[in-house]
Amino acid sequence: METYKVPPNGGDEGLDTADDGALVINVGPQHPATHGVLHLVITLQGETIQKIEPHLGYIHRSIEKMCESLSYRQFIYVTSRMDYLSAHINNHGCALCVEKGLQLEVPPRAQVIRVLMGELTRIASHELWWGAMAMDLGAFTPFFYAFRERETINDIMEETCGARLTMNYMVPGGVMYDLHPNFQQRVKDFIQLFNNKIDEYDDLVTGNIIFQNRTKGVGVLSAADAISYGCTGPVARGSGVACDIRKLYPYAVYDKVAFDEIIETAGDSYARYLVRVKELRQSVRIIEQLIDNIPEGDFQAKTKAVLKLPKGEFYSRVETARGEFGVYIVSEGGTTPYRIKFRSPGFSNLSALDHMSRGSKIGDLMAIMGTLDLVIPDIDR
Amino acid sequence: MALILECVIVMLLVISLFAVLGLVLVLMERKVAARMQIRLGPNRVGPKGMFQTAADTLKLMMKEGLTPDGADKFLFNLAPFVVMIAAMLIMAPIAFAKGFQIWDINIGVLYVSAVSSVSVIGILMAGWASNNKYSLLGAMRSGAQIVSYELSAGLSIISIVVLSGSLQVSDIIASQQTGWWLFRGHIPAIIAFVIFIIAVTAETNRAPFDLAEAESELTAGFHTEYSGMKFALFFLAEYINIFIVCAIGATLFLGGWMPLHMGHWEGFNHLMDYIPSSLWFLGKTFFLIFLIMWFRWTFPRLRVDQLLSLEWKYLLPISMFNLLLITLIAIMGWHF
Amino acid sequence: MTNEEIKQHIITVQPNGVFDETGEWLQVQVEVGEWKPFAQWLRNDALQMDFLFCLTCIDWSATATGKTLLTMVYHFTSTVFRHTIVVKVKLDRNNPEIETVSDCWRTAELHEREVFDLFGVKFLHHPDLRRLVLTDDFEGYPLRKDFEDPINMIKL
Repeated sequence: METYKVPPNGGDEGLDTADDGALVINVGPQHPATHGVLHLVITLQGETIQKIEPHLGYIHRSIEKMCESLSYRQFIYVTSRMDYLSAHINNHGCALCVEKGLQLEVPPRAQVIRVLMGELTRIASHELWWGAMAMDLGAFTPFFYAFRERETINDIMEETCGARLTMNYMVPGGVMYDLHPNFQQRVKDFIQLFNNKIDEYDDLVTGNIIFQNRTKGVGVLSAADAISYGCTGPVARGSGVACDIRKLYPYAVYDKVAFDEIIETAGDSYARYLVRVKELRQSVRIIEQLIDNIPEGDFQAKTKAVLKLPKGEFYSRVETARGEFGVYIVSEGGTTPYRIKFRSPGFSNLSALDHMSRGSKIGDLMAIMGTLDLVIPDIDR
Repeated sequence: MALILECVIVMLLVISLFAVLGLVLVLMERKVAARMQIRLGPNRVGPKGMFQTAADTLKLMMKEGLTPDGADKFLFNLAPFVVMIAAMLIMAPIAFAKGFQIWDINIGVLYVSAVSSVSVIGILMAGWASNNKYSLLGAMRSGAQIVSYELSAGLSIISIVVLSGSLQVSDIIASQQTGWWLFRGHIPAIIAFVIFIIAVTAETNRAPFDLAEAESELTAGFHTEYSGMKFALFFLAEYINIFIVCAIGATLFLGGWMPLHMGHWEGFNHLMDYIPSSLWFLGKTFFLIFLIMWFRWTFPRLRVDQLLSLEWKYLLPISMFNLLLITLIAIMGWHF
Repeated sequence: MTNEEIKQHIITVQPNGVFDETGEWLQVQVEVGEWKPFAQWLRNDALQMDFLFCLTCIDWSATATGKTLLTMVYHFTSTVFRHTIVVKVKLDRNNPEIETVSDCWRTAELHEREVFDLFGVKFLHHPDLRRLVLTDDFEGYPLRKDFEDPINMIKL
């Protein structure tokens, strides 16, 4: 078994080359392109990538181990810190899993609220991705435009949930509090604003010839490879794989709203980009259908103070902004999970990075990483 | 004795112009960027943040100038000065106002395009001497880029030389007495102008051609290892270079300090003459600078192979053909 | 395909497989030695289980019955037929070894490294088996139930 040894000087200084004249460079753990502490060791021949090797663990907090000593109410909050851009959706997945174990019926109002929050989160997450993606490719300005709209969502979240990023709003059986009275109006205002701005995004980035040249035909992932690498979410849908959990295994009220699963078949970075941008409009569509139809009633089902899952195994999955998020709980009948496993979309998507980037230029890596939309805490859990 | 005194005065003037330009252009860049990015930009130091860059310069001067252990110390320290001196030299033949020029050399335009190539040596030096892979990659990119784009820039400059029939800067400006070459040379002159702007954007390593320092790929490219005043010199040289190429663009295509004259509109022309020639020059130059800043804050960056194919497959053939057209226009006397 | 049909298919290649239908999906338990051919059959033959969406391990040593037991858990879905099964393989906790499936499902490569890192399961014939999140010289396997770290772990 050959092990990688980090050279004493960190491997970055000195023009040391591999045996065949290839240049080994470290991208990360602190690097402007990795948006977090991802460490990639890249073998280059000239500017062409020969191999990419991810080194993980810089922010591994062993959330799965922590959850083993937290109660079924508590562990949900830790999951906000995994994919912090899809915090609501992660919480939703965990709440669903606990509810599945308890066989708990969630009141319709709570279900609609959960979907609304989930879709707002998805918009916010895609907004951030859109800005960061353009920034990776060298255009700074879109980042600020994206944040302008994202800020509105954060304000809406703050008003109802009390937090802007890690909301911890979902509890087993429903949501923690009822909606803020302003919620409906503010969401409607946001939708109106956003519908105008979204065309601006297309004008600024999507139609740009440089942007298209940088992303078209770059990092092609075939449908078979996408499945084999376990890719989900926009990454797999960009390769023509139908994998939207909201359509395939509908949860909450996703089977009652009309929306399209966006599928592009090219499999390149541009296809993945288009999937996300079009998903923004679909999320808006879902919110528009639900915002005026929030049923009256309880926002939380009656639950016992201490939750105990029966002995057994429970698995639930939800569609986060990055793909399929799975929660696998093994219960021994106690108040804490015996073993918990989070199937995070980023981890599987990352495994395709090496395959997609071989033979590309180092500049292409930014387009590929950008469209993979990696969130490092999600990978490192 | 008088000659030495003159030299000293000119040197002081150039150096102080550099300092002022650095301060003004950096502030301008930040304000323009802020405006485009729905931000306020610097607004704390001095009225409307006007002293922000002065404060930044002070900070950079106080900083320790690190030299990495594995670096080639001599070349590493020399590189920023090479870049800076190259920028300083090009200042010589630029006419800032009517009769206000350091050195009206008879091959002025040739001199400019020759000396501007020197800065690439400084960049390569910096990239190699840093002993850092990012720097090396950035420097190599920069080398390939500047050498390529110089061709197009040179051909666009030659088109104006063909039209005006002189390499001397004062002659070129004088030949635009009746109108700027941008308007008088029909469409070929406009094409030459567009190619010139694209090529000089690339030559000064500005976005969307900032591959040498592509921060999302190479952290900071060739100046990754530089800090303190040595970094400031690179930074300053970048802005000085922008000023210089825009000044040359203004001189060649927009008539330098020459006011806007319209054929036989005597009254109009007379009115335009009242505006001082230095204002005309600076106005045109800063307009072009704004254009280049506008590019930077709008476009994504090209990839390195796209950058080279843009030059070799598109710009170079177009500018060669364009030069042919311009020559035809000049010979036949079809320009206004 | 219904669970019953899947079961019939699996029985043809795994007559000794232990089935459990109490959960959401059909669970099959196979022997370590039979795992690799079974995995290849799952991937390529009638069931077309081409999507491995969850690969993990459970340490049973904190329970009364599983002192020396680790269980590998694989969740498969077929993107063709849209059915899901769970495959479990029991391993000896003192010397956990199992054939890799990274050649059948590429995503397994990284997931198996994670399991190796955190549970100490050795995947035979894995192309690149080494620590993923922890340092190379780290001792112990943190997700095992008996892992102790007196400095960093806080007991509730």
